[in-house]
Amino acid sequence: MALPSPDEIKAQIEAGVPGASVTVIRNGSPAAQHSLLLDHAHAAAVAGFLRDHREWRLDYCSLVTGVDWPDTETSEKIKVKKLVKAADGTESEQEVDEVRKTKVPGYLEAVYHLFSMEKKHGPVVLRLRTGNRSDDTHVPSLTPVWRGAEFQEREAFDLYGIVFDGHPDLRRILMWDGFRDYPMRKDYVPPADEIPHIEVQATGPEAHA
Amino acid sequence: MADDLKELKIELSKNGIFTTTLEELYNWGRKNSVWPLTFGLACCAIEMIATTMARYDLARFGAEVFRPSPRQADLIIVSGTVTKKMAPQVVRLYNQMPEPKYVIAMGACAISGGPFRDGYNVLKGIDRYIPVDVHIPGCPPRPEALIHAFMTLQKKIDEQALAGATRPRHLQKDLPSEFPVPEFGEHDLEPPQNSSVFHEAAGNPLKVIQ
Repeated sequence: MALPSPDEIKAQIEAGVPGASVTVIRNGSPAAQHSLLLDHAHAAAVAGFLRDHREWRLDYCSLVTGVDWPDTETSEKIKVKKLVKAADGTESEQEVDEVRKTKVPGYLEAVYHLFSMEKKHGPVVLRLRTGNRSDDTHVPSLTPVWRGAEFQEREAFDLYGIVFDGHPDLRRILMWDGFRDYPMRKDYVPPADEIPHIEVQATGPEAHA
Repeated sequence: MADDLKELKIELSKNGIFTTTLEELYNWGRKNSVWPLTFGLACCAIEMIATTMARYDLARFGAEVFRPSPRQADLIIVSGTVTKKMAPQVVRLYNQMPEPKYVIAMGACAISGGPFRDGYNVLKGIDRYIPVDVHIPGCPPRPEALIHAFMTLQKKIDEQALAGATRPRHLQKDLPSEFPVPEFGEHDLEPPQNSSVFHEAAGNPLKVIQ
């Protein structure tokens, strides 16, 4: 039996796990691989529900990865009514364009791809989001549900700084313990090298042509 | 050796008399029994293994005995990407080898970081911490290239004078045979390079070009 649509999965989760709220995140590309955003409080329960579901049996977590969504700034032009002084000193109300900038805070995301070994179907994509990128980087760990997620959650912790609450052994896995940075984040700056790569490229054959 | 002595030696050999110097004999023995360390880091190690097998047969050069202990080896072939996490161990292995000891940096990664140069965990060339005798470019270099590097090293050993100011490091008491092992820092290895070994121009292609 093939997996139902994401909306059907969402409906069944919300019926099966009381209080859980699931958001379907659409993927507009031709792949149309939609994903399910889980809330922190019920994430482990939802994961257990998906694993033990009689028809889906999503018993295999093939992939855990991190995604960094940096803080973004959007600017929009809006028309504002303002009192404008003309050259001759008279004031009149006019519509003026004003640029309003809004900061959209970023967040970190953990993405899980689930398959079923028994039913031979998948994937179901789960997402967990942190509050922000600086001081609230916690998400619940799904390692208690899928044991195979242990090392991959450690990797996401190591490279993105996502803290998985409930992980049995959350240490860095690739970098050394004393390392302070999260190298896969978009704003990571590697230690200063004596020569940036772009300057080396500028001396290549194309530069001399 | 003075030129007239060399001529005399050639003259004697024409008459069926073999003469040699202790230096020549010593270097001849050393260059034909270089024992590399069994040590591979990445894909270059596969080419290194191929070099030792029947088709390329490094045994022809007296170097078939790969030693599993640094205490018995006198050549370390740095074959592959040196990650920052691995770099202290590579330096420590080199330190544990007895003098005289030599280093071949094999492949683009070992000499400069190669295609992974801008990676967060990649050392930009092992010559930042230990003195490299022969660099081989290539990704990975073919076994022929490693054999060429090996012959270059043999030539270098053969030409080393045992006395005088140009004598090799292991015969000079004031020169170090061990090199500082880098520590794991908060952002990078500490120090990022050993400036007594690594020359700025070597890591800076701009300075070499100009």
